[in-house]
Amino acid sequence: MTTQTRKSIFNRPEKAYVQPYLGGAILGIVLFLAFLLTGNGLGSSGATSRLDAALVDAIAPAHVDNTPYLLKMAGGDKNPLDDWIVPVFFGALFGGFTSGAFNGRLKITTTKGPNISNHTRWLMAFLGGVIFLYGARMARGCTSGQALSGGATLAAGSWVIMFAIFGGAYAVAYFVRKLWL
Amino acid sequence: MNFPLPSFVAVSAANPWTYVLFAVIGFAFGYTLEMSGFGDSRKLAAQFYFTELTVLKVMFTAITVAMVLLFGAVGLGILDFSQVWVNPTYLASGIVGGLIMGVGFIVGGFCPTTSLASASTGKIDGMLFMLGGFVGAFLFGETEKYFDGWYTNAGYYGRLTLDQVFGIPVGAVVVIVILMALFMFWGSEQLERIFGKRDLSKEPKLRIAGAVALFAGAVAVLALGTPSIEDKYNKATFTRTETIEQVNADPIVNTTIYSADEMLANRLVFTSPAEVFKSRYNQSMNPVYIDVRSEADYNLYHIESAVNIPLERLTEVIPVLLSEPPANSVFILMSNDETAAIDAWKILVGSSVQNAYILEGGVNNWIAFFGESDKALQPAPNAGDDQLGYVFPAALGSRYESCDPDPIEYEKLEFEARIKLQLKRDKSGGGCG
Repeated sequence: MTTQTRKSIFNRPEKAYVQPYLGGAILGIVLFLAFLLTGNGLGSSGATSRLDAALVDAIAPAHVDNTPYLLKMAGGDKNPLDDWIVPVFFGALFGGFTSGAFNGRLKITTTKGPNISNHTRWLMAFLGGVIFLYGARMARGCTSGQALSGGATLAAGSWVIMFAIFGGAYAVAYFVRKLWL
Repeated sequence: MNFPLPSFVAVSAANPWTYVLFAVIGFAFGYTLEMSGFGDSRKLAAQFYFTELTVLKVMFTAITVAMVLLFGAVGLGILDFSQVWVNPTYLASGIVGGLIMGVGFIVGGFCPTTSLASASTGKIDGMLFMLGGFVGAFLFGETEKYFDGWYTNAGYYGRLTLDQVFGIPVGAVVVIVILMALFMFWGSEQLERIFGKRDLSKEPKLRIAGAVALFAGAVAVLALGTPSIEDKYNKATFTRTETIEQVNADPIVNTTIYSADEMLANRLVFTSPAEVFKSRYNQSMNPVYIDVRSEADYNLYHIESAVNIPLERLTEVIPVLLSEPPANSVFILMSNDETAAIDAWKILVGSSVQNAYILEGGVNNWIAFFGESDKALQPAPNAGDDQLGYVFPAALGSRYESCDPDPIEYEKLEFEARIKLQLKRDKSGGGCG
């Protein structure tokens, strides 16, 4: 029975992605509802540092007390995971999985440019993650927390960050074109 | 109904449904990203080689749709914009962080949330990006102390929106953003035609209708405008509970909802000099004394640690009052008597500043209460309404003894507690923090 279900999740015919404007409009409605109901937008990078903080707090609580950035999240009796962004993070993981399951896109694979090996891609993905999240914490939010949510509320700093993200990526794109083209 | 819903502004163990709601929001977020194709790094990276601009299309459609709906709801008075989290502006760390993010984007092929959509559907590169993310966020936490001052202060402007930057109405900004987005959509389709060899005639015609609808929505937002302080003042409500102890039974708790005018009429927002003084030694609150009199009166005499914000300049500091102080701040307004302080209170309430109170009887009453033994202060018999009722030998500011009463001398004071601390959302908990 279980194998049957698993098979049917993993071997569905792969459906096409939705039209970008339609996907964007639905995402916009989700973002609006988040603001309407809770006053908060969307986000995820904050959860990454909160999970980090929870881990440090569990392994080396004394280190939290010496690190101002961690202190804000995990100092004293604060639970770093007690924040709205943590359920959003896990919800997004599960939402992505569900959409993949419904549309036949659950598959262990690697998405990469045609001219690099899997190992290069893995290394670059890891490195990109390190760089991106370092920047996201510096800017106090990522493409979701700043560009999307801040963009929709017309936050001045978020619009600057949005252009900086695109600017940074376009500036470097030519030099790493081997990864993608 | 007033949005956002007060019980859902932050997760809380007292209301487990908050976790469910935020998880559902996250679910819808992840679902939409995956179905738009953001689980595939090639689709994301293609943005930067002009072959496929899905990232820009999805992102700007989402931003513009949410923006039109959001400011439409604000214009209709359904949604209180001052309760909506607006990312504070930190120009320097924002620009540098943004550029770093851009590099991570093109090297790694994802942004944080898209990597979740990717990892959860089995993409190994998405999982590794996520893993790298944990390392990157950890490294930031470890290195932040080396540039803490720059990170917290450089280019800091607080809660700042584009309409304030350009000094034009919000509706006008919304229209301009929509026009810019539509132009970018047109431009990206041209780029896809040139670099991606895409046949535009196969694109759905419905997108033109969508563009028209979006523009019409923006014009409607412009026409609606934003609700005035008076409108918001009239809609403000306050909840007060009264507990009546019963013998041999559970106490009866009466909950009453007052309008702002009823709060004034029942004098529920007037706090006695004794309570104002004692609040300074109350660990649970952070009292902020706002003296709305003229600078001249303030220089003659004012309560220790009071800040002078003349009534006519009060609206300038409201963005600061909304975004800056700790969540347990209590704003105590004072004029010589009460008239100007009441006007100031109405402005704060209409601007959704929480925990605003008025010093009962104003500074004159304060002097009558704490300064009766001070021979230097002589009552002025001819003082009119809301004028200083005393003659001062010199403009000593807060250096009269009664400006800062001795906590030991006044250790025991009887008063009726009027301040009910309303804990708003901790602002540091909002956003991507």
